[in-house]
Amino acid sequence: MAATATAPGAPTTRLGKTATEIDDRLIVAGPLRRTLNKVFPDHWSFLLGEIALYSFIIALISGTYLTFFFDASMREVVYDGSYAPLRGVEMSAAYDSALNLSFDVRGGLFMRQVHHWAALLFVASIVVHLLRVFFTGAFRRPRETNWIIGVVMLVLALLMGVTGYTLPDDLLSGTGLRIISAIILSVPVIGTWAHWAVFGGDFVGELIIGRFYIAHVLIIPAILLALIAVHLLLLVKQKHAQFPGPGRTEHNVVGNRLFPTFAAKATGLLFIVFGVVAALGGLVQINPFWLWGPYNPAQVSAASQPDWYILFLDGSTRIFPAWDINLPGDYTIPALFWPTVVVAGAMFTVLALYPVIERKLSGDTASHHLLQRPRDVPVRTSLGMMGLTFYGVLMLSGGNDVFADKFDVSLNAMTWFGRLGVVVLPPIVYAITYRICLGLQMHDREVLEHGIETGVIRRLPHGEFIEVHQPLGPVDDHGHGVLAYGGAPVPKKMNQIGGARRAVRGFFKPIEEPSQVELEQGREGRGLAAADEARELTSSGRPSEGGRPQEPRD
Amino acid sequence: MSTTNPQSDAASAVVDTATTPVARARARRRSKHRRRVANVAGLMAGLVLTGALYSVFSPAQAAPAEGTESAAEAAGRELYDRSCISCHGANLEGVPNRGPSLIGVGEASVYFQVHTGRMPLVRQEADAADKPAVFSDEEIDQLMAYVQANGGGPTLPSGDLRDGDVAEGGELFRLNCASCHNFVGEGGALSSGKAAPSLTDSNDLEIYTAMLTGPENMPVFGDNQLTPEEKRAIVNYVQTIGEQADPGGAGIGRVGPVAEGLVIWVVGIGVLMFGIFWMGSKA
Repeated sequence: MAATATAPGAPTTRLGKTATEIDDRLIVAGPLRRTLNKVFPDHWSFLLGEIALYSFIIALISGTYLTFFFDASMREVVYDGSYAPLRGVEMSAAYDSALNLSFDVRGGLFMRQVHHWAALLFVASIVVHLLRVFFTGAFRRPRETNWIIGVVMLVLALLMGVTGYTLPDDLLSGTGLRIISAIILSVPVIGTWAHWAVFGGDFVGELIIGRFYIAHVLIIPAILLALIAVHLLLLVKQKHAQFPGPGRTEHNVVGNRLFPTFAAKATGLLFIVFGVVAALGGLVQINPFWLWGPYNPAQVSAASQPDWYILFLDGSTRIFPAWDINLPGDYTIPALFWPTVVVAGAMFTVLALYPVIERKLSGDTASHHLLQRPRDVPVRTSLGMMGLTFYGVLMLSGGNDVFADKFDVSLNAMTWFGRLGVVVLPPIVYAITYRICLGLQMHDREVLEHGIETGVIRRLPHGEFIEVHQPLGPVDDHGHGVLAYGGAPVPKKMNQIGGARRAVRGFFKPIEEPSQVELEQGREGRGLAAADEARELTSSGRPSEGGRPQEPRD
Repeated sequence: MSTTNPQSDAASAVVDTATTPVARARARRRSKHRRRVANVAGLMAGLVLTGALYSVFSPAQAAPAEGTESAAEAAGRELYDRSCISCHGANLEGVPNRGPSLIGVGEASVYFQVHTGRMPLVRQEADAADKPAVFSDEEIDQLMAYVQANGGGPTLPSGDLRDGDVAEGGELFRLNCASCHNFVGEGGALSSGKAAPSLTDSNDLEIYTAMLTGPENMPVFGDNQLTPEEKRAIVNYVQTIGEQADPGGAGIGRVGPVAEGLVIWVVGIGVLMFGIFWMGSKA
């Protein structure tokens, strides 16, 4: 990066001179250097949002290619392309061009599959990223705004998916469109007006593909891009949150600089995401709409499902009882209104407002830059698991006919499982998660207090057998560790603290070289190396032994 | 021939006793009796004649082993008595709460039910599951002959069962079949444990006879609803797309979004998680 080279005196090289000229006019050196020196914490879970970003980029690029060939029109045509089983069938120009795009355009089918897989991955990675942010408490002050932007982007991603799903105008997407029309109509008072506004008539009609097309390729992506920009700017401005650990405080960020380390990692991840999506697009067939046939209101297929991210709404509709509310004056609120508009509205409202809700409940209004491990906030973790269970049951119910068919279960049994499960399972999961969190926390505290189990069994002179524990730091008079519980991971095995003598490089877990660790810690006067004299322990650390370090007595 | 005897006895008796009034009265009574006997005899003769004529002109199979039954029917009867009689009754009339009457179902139904292994039934449940056929093709022919001979009903089609327009078959399939069997004949769940089976392993004749006879929960698509030509078009469509390769790669069951969602979560997110774990470990 010659642009940031700030050697004293005038630059001598041609590149340096050019850079100086540019900087003279645009004054970019300062901000650029600040940006490139930005520190990003080094944890795998911080890369999840990047996957979403990259899959969005892939969807944008592949989608642009598709627009060259797609004709978003519901004009009636007769198919005369390469796919024999549909030749001579009347269909809309949209379906016709989608078929031609798949069979007669070079690379068209591959690009369409890449586009669809990237879209599925986009929403999936948003969800995983959201879960990471939720369970680690990264949404707390000052990052509530970014959380709300994230939820809005999730909703936009769903709308993006729905409009894209509709475009080919095949029998599957047309069925989905008919359901969208029914959902809009089910809204009390404004339903018919809204339906007229969206579809331009009483029925789905002929305008909708064109309208959804513009929404899909222009309006929603533009808003999404703008929100992504704000999301990232806020991230840079507010700095990255980080997990607690040695040397990490509320006032610093420990990690790699944007350039070169983090940039290299991000580029690497970009290529990995590209590779995975391209492999899926080339190897696994997605939405083979030539098999579905053109849309015809008289036809419907068994196992008509939306893409996975809308499956939960399909599920809530499937398990909701047929409770139409008939009001006097020949006015009906259809049962469909509750499981679709109300459930979805409530779910996303609660999700968006969760930072506020938690602030109210916990009274914690302070700024936080250190993340929390899920076990350290059992209530939030359990609430999250409860919500996930609710969502999971709805999602499962969305595919209940496929599951019933493939696993030979009665569809009625699946429906009742959904109805009961959606009410009964979340509280059970809450209780179990809560216990697991406490258990994990207790174990961490136990290791901090008594040390790591070494697996070495000693027999004391009076015949008692004890297991020797390795304290993690200095101990008090009772042999209890004095390290406080800090919400950071606690080593539980001897080779995590260098007990294996030689550093073992794990595939998933970096195991730091022990010498390096010890040197550092010795220098900083903390950790294992700082309390060397207290480490050679043979006691079990129990108060009954006076808790004092003892030399081996055998 | 024994039926003619009472007639000849009566005739001789009338000639002997026709003189006195008593005798006349008796004769009147006798002649009344005689007329009645003659009527009965005539009726019996007519019936026998009709039966004989029927047995001559009816399209019975060659070589009648036991009177009117062909060898195939006899073998079929034997199989029927062994494997079917407990639920469908001794005369194909069915047994209440066990099995329906087979009168009028025809050989087409027998072919579908037995060739797909649905019959003989394992147990009474929501649906008869298809399984490897219990009977050999020859035995199925014999059962078909027996049921057709004794119950009548739709017969097997002949000729090329795929002799129809594939695109028209697709339209008809989506209109009539897809709501239970799915766009591509993957099958689907119905209520209470019933299911529309997958058509992927079905042969032409099974699909055709299923439409013709409406087995299990399937409606009958008689020749008035779907003409034989339309049925052939549907068979052609189902088999064409069944045999057609998936141009986009692995078909993942061709069940659409549920399988696709599973793939993106298990494969897509799975591989990428693996990737970022790995990146995270490279300090």
